[in-house]
Amino acid sequence: MAVSVLTAGERRRPWYLLAPTLLALIFLLLVPIGIMLVYTFYTFKTAGVETADFNPGNWHEFFTDPYYRGFLWKTARVAAITALLCALMGYPAAYCIAMTRFRHKWLLLLLLIVPFWISFTIRTFSWIHILGEQGVINVTLKSLGLISEPLQMLYTEGAVIMGMIHFLLPYMILNVYVSLDGIDRNLVSAARSLGCTNWQAFREVTLPLSLPGLGAGLLLSFVLAAGSYVTPQILGGRSDSLFGNLIFDTIMRELNWPMGTTLSVVLLALLGVVSVIYSRYMGLSTIFKGLSR
Amino acid sequence: MKISSTRRLERLQDRYANGGMDRRTFLGLTAAAAASMGVMTSWGRKALGAATEVRFDGWGGVVQEAIDKYAFQPYTAKTGIKVVQGTFDDENVVITKIKSASPGDFQIIHSSGVEYYKKYIDNGWTSEINEANIPNLANVMTAMIEPFRKMTPKLSCAPYDYGTTGIAYNTKYISEAEAKEKGANLLVDPKYKGKIGAYGDMVTRVWYASLQTGQDPNDAKDMDAVWAKAREARDLTKKYWGSGAELMDLLAKEEIIVTDAWSGRIAALQQQGSPIGYHDPAGSYAWMEDMLILKGSPMAECEELVNFMLDTATAIAVAEGQNYPPSLDPKKVQLTDKIAKLPAFDPTGEMKALTFANPDYWAAHSDDWTKQWDRISKGA
Repeated sequence: MAVSVLTAGERRRPWYLLAPTLLALIFLLLVPIGIMLVYTFYTFKTAGVETADFNPGNWHEFFTDPYYRGFLWKTARVAAITALLCALMGYPAAYCIAMTRFRHKWLLLLLLIVPFWISFTIRTFSWIHILGEQGVINVTLKSLGLISEPLQMLYTEGAVIMGMIHFLLPYMILNVYVSLDGIDRNLVSAARSLGCTNWQAFREVTLPLSLPGLGAGLLLSFVLAAGSYVTPQILGGRSDSLFGNLIFDTIMRELNWPMGTTLSVVLLALLGVVSVIYSRYMGLSTIFKGLSR
Repeated sequence: MKISSTRRLERLQDRYANGGMDRRTFLGLTAAAAASMGVMTSWGRKALGAATEVRFDGWGGVVQEAIDKYAFQPYTAKTGIKVVQGTFDDENVVITKIKSASPGDFQIIHSSGVEYYKKYIDNGWTSEINEANIPNLANVMTAMIEPFRKMTPKLSCAPYDYGTTGIAYNTKYISEAEAKEKGANLLVDPKYKGKIGAYGDMVTRVWYASLQTGQDPNDAKDMDAVWAKAREARDLTKKYWGSGAELMDLLAKEEIIVTDAWSGRIAALQQQGSPIGYHDPAGSYAWMEDMLILKGSPMAECEELVNFMLDTATAIAVAEGQNYPPSLDPKKVQLTDKIAKLPAFDPTGEMKALTFANPDYWAAHSDDWTKQWDRISKGA
């Protein structure tokens, strides 16, 4: 039988170190989620007033009303499109940054982070001045005589997706970049010396080895897009609300906290399921590998 | 109940002026008060349990700027009590915050009249004002106080201003004659599809859909027709705005050229030179706003502030700044020409020319209709 060489104090040390984080997670995450879960069984009486009579009415309404399922599907669809477009746009950019021989690579990485210095809400509002009827694009096209009537770009699903890409692209690029930067260049050289073309070397070596970063970027983009509220609110039209807007309106406008918390728990579960599926096929540990090389 | 030093001194002066005390006693008490205030510091107020600040939450934008400039800043200069301000663009948002806060965290709300007053009552958040501490309430129109008193005989608020939600239109594209001819139906004219805006609030949408279907907004019999009209309007609408600032921005940038709109915000746009016309169609939605004091607030200081806000000079300055007529009775108080020209201004002081929401009718349907409207607004 193996005998532990650690003293009792040493065995407890990791718990002491983890304690602040664990306490924060318990009181700031698990307890609030637990309270929300309890709230889902309350009954809405009138705006802002509910009774704690513990019945499953809100869950019954969610599962029997197709309105909510429609929103869930739309949110998943828009989030998936956003994540895929982020991957398509982000991978080449990350590849260029990782492979460039430019001496000041840090400058390129700094440019990625610069948008975070400006408030997310302000950045989202700025699209109104670009996509609006009096925005830069329409004014330019009209002055060039290419259009007679302004194009309807703002308050559409496309505007919402673009706004979210604008917000999420740096996350995707950074994830992929970290993954690409960690690949041993000798492997690519070896593939080339064994007769691979550049494209084959990329396809057989670089791409598979960068998948953890790509997967991490996709998961992060999907989760953040699915929970988005501000972007559809500012850039979306009447039919472009996502599940986050539905939760906000149920709680803030209808003042129906029991149903609002039910919808919040549903979104949490949806994103949890996505993470579980990701973990099943990719392994969540690849995210940490992607982030830490 | 505590009252502030300013109020105590004013009462002292009133007693002296009314012959309630002799000159020697008055001067002696005033000197004693001055001496004690001379050594009073900020910690002194705290030590005595008096509030050093009052929390106010309002609608932001030009409305709150006017209140801050003409009421809060002079009040702070006079009393030393700071007014800490918050803003909201939908009163339900602040109600949600109050629900999750402790009593006293939120104190005075610039609230949307009787429809919302009921929500505060239902949640048990209303206070009981000592009207003797707000003598300027005597100048407020009885027609504005009555609906609140009907709900709570002991008031929790003081009516402060009123306005209408009429039709705003860009005069470059829509003439005054067309606006007057079409009235509420201008908002469902297919000719302006994609250029129409609307306030994304249930009451406004149901109100206008009622008008557009020829029904009484305070007693619509055919709700199916109302919802059908709301859907029809939705499909023509480019954007539901959610705040006065957004409304002004959409109109100024010509993203929309016609919308229902708050009278004061349009008056502000007109003063800025924007080519925006405003028309109140028959049965246009009139509303009043009040300064609501929540339970748990420092009542003496809040009452003193509300009284200060209702002072004739203050209320007139605020009204001219925010472009909404004050709650002051024009029969009791001489109002200015500028106020007389504001949209929705009622010179009779009886409010009979304006159509307000019937609180009983709207309260009975509010929850169901809010849910239904939320769905329609999202395309259902």
